[in-house]
Order: sequence, then structure tokens, then C-alpha cells
Amino acid sequence: MARAAVLGRLTWLVGTVTALRDETPTARTIALDVPGWRGHSAGQHVDIRLTAEDGYSAERSYSIASAPDGQRLELTIQRLDDGEVSPYLSEVLKVGDPLELRGPIGGWFVWDPDDPGPALLVAGGSGIVPLMAMIRARAQDGSAVPFRLVYSVRSPDQVIYGPELAERAAAGDGFSLTYVYTRTAPPGADRPAGRISAGVLAQAGWPPRQAPAVFVCGPTGYVEAVAGLLTGAGHDPGRIKTERFGPTGS
Amino acid sequence: MAHLDGNVLGGALGELFAVDVTTALGQCASCGDRSVIARAMVYPDGPGFVARCSVCGEVILRLVRGGDQAWLDLRGISCLELTMPG
Repeated sequence: MARAAVLGRLTWLVGTVTALRDETPTARTIALDVPGWRGHSAGQHVDIRLTAEDGYSAERSYSIASAPDGQRLELTIQRLDDGEVSPYLSEVLKVGDPLELRGPIGGWFVWDPDDPGPALLVAGGSGIVPLMAMIRARAQDGSAVPFRLVYSVRSPDQVIYGPELAERAAAGDGFSLTYVYTRTAPPGADRPAGRISAGVLAQAGWPPRQAPAVFVCGPTGYVEAVAGLLTGAGHDPGRIKTERFGPTGS
Repeated sequence: MAHLDGNVLGGALGELFAVDVTTALGQCASCGDRSVIARAMVYPDGPGFVARCSVCGEVILRLVRGGDQAWLDLRGISCLELTMPG
């Protein structure tokens, strides 16, 4: 899949925080209005730069959570206890504050609405964010491309976008959702807590012969385990796109 | 060792190039593999990154960005094939 690249270097823009929304006790969505924003595709990310009064600056990457919407975009920040940037973004930043950002970045980990194949989205923890942008973009486009999401979380209180995902899954428009609880499953869950497995992916995903477009996002270990399970099950590695989060990036 | 992937280079490379390099096909100068840069194995390296070929593991790119300087070593890529905007 070759999408035309955007011509022109990326430069820093200044957006304004227009709204904040708590998603979980440790994750918060920041809505931004960014004059000069050139638009984005679902799956892309931004770099955020915080600069202290003494000139010290720190940059981090965050996936865009929202479907394209003019010069508006949303980010969902997962607070890391030892983070340098996430505690500020998830707890201190307030409505009306400016925020420096650069983007949109990354034309590869992007859902192509013209790909007729079904899509399998596999999220580990905060890896749900760019996949949520894809789910929202699909709905905004009125696309009928079948989407299946497999979302791994440690426990039910870690689920980001829970009510919205439930509503979208109930809409009957070709989107379905399977949770994998890795540490604590809720009462009445389909299966006991445990790591994602080939069995779950086979049951919740698409068989290799359907050649789904696969998007896997999360911590490196998770992404590699899932990619290994999928290729082991016969999926074409060329159809599997991955985005790894890590301590230096998202 | 846990690594990231070429997606993480997009911001820094996006400051230097007018087109998206992460979607470009890079030919590894060591083993000849042609893969999309986004698939490279990327490791933090001090104030920058090292990207390694996902097939042979040799270094394909080094990038350091500091203050108003940028250093980019592309010896490990023998050819970069880019899709130009239409």
C-alpha cells in the first residue's frame, strides 16, 4: 500500500487545549485545536515538545486518537509513573494551555480505506490509541469494511474507550470486539485471565485465507509475540503492520 | 534487547526530509534486503537512534539530533526508494 507522502518538512506547531476527558484513572484524552494542521490519517502520530523555563525540553511521541477533523485532533495519554512527560500531560495541563506539536508523522502504520480486505486490529494496553483512530475513521467514512479488534489489558479498569467501543460493537455495522484480560478478568468473562494466544487470535480474528490487513500496536514484547503468533498461524508477514511503543517514544 | 521500529524515526526524519522516509523502501547495504524503513529495528543510542536491518541486523541508519545540529549516517542504506506525492 503506497500512500502519497506529504511534501514539506515537518515543523513545530502550537495547538491549544480545548477539552480534557479522563478515560481511566491513569489515562486522559486531550483535545487540541491546531492552526496550520495539515490533516492526518488514522494511525499516524505526533511528537509533543515540553519546554521548561530554563530551556530544558523533552519530546515524546503520541498516537492521534481521533479521526480526521480539520485542524482538530485528540491524543490519549497514558500516565507512566516514571514518565518525564506523561504526568504533566495527564495531570497538569489545563484547558486553554498551549502545546507544541509536530505532525502528522508516519505514513506506514495507517489504515487505507480503499483496502477492501477485512482488518484485524490487535492492541496491547495503550496500543489501542492509534487503532481507535482507525475505528473512528472507518465509522466517519461510513465504511463497511469488516473490522475485528482484539484488545489486551491487564484488568477491566485499564480499558480505554470502553463505553464507546461497546456502543460501536453493538451498532451491527461490521465492527466486533474481543477483550483479553491478562491479569484480572471481570466476573462472567468468556475466558479466564491469561496472555493472548494463537487460539484467541484464531477465534477473534480472521483466517489467513481472508488476507486481512493486520495492525498490531503496543509494547514491543506484546507486538512481537502477537506478530509471531499470527505468522505462525499462516498470516502473510507482509500484511502485518506493527507499531511498537517504548520508553523513548509513545 | 527490546527495540522499537522505524515509525519512531518519523518525527526526526520529517524535520530533515520533505517526504516521509518511514514509508520508503530501503536497501540494506549489508544483505541487500529491501524493506520499508518503518519495519527497521530501532534502538535508542544516546541522544539519537540506531536503525538496524530487520533481516540481517546490521546498522542501516544512525541519527542524532541536538540543539541546532543534526547528524545522519546513511552508509547502511545503499538505495532509498521513495514514493513522491502526486
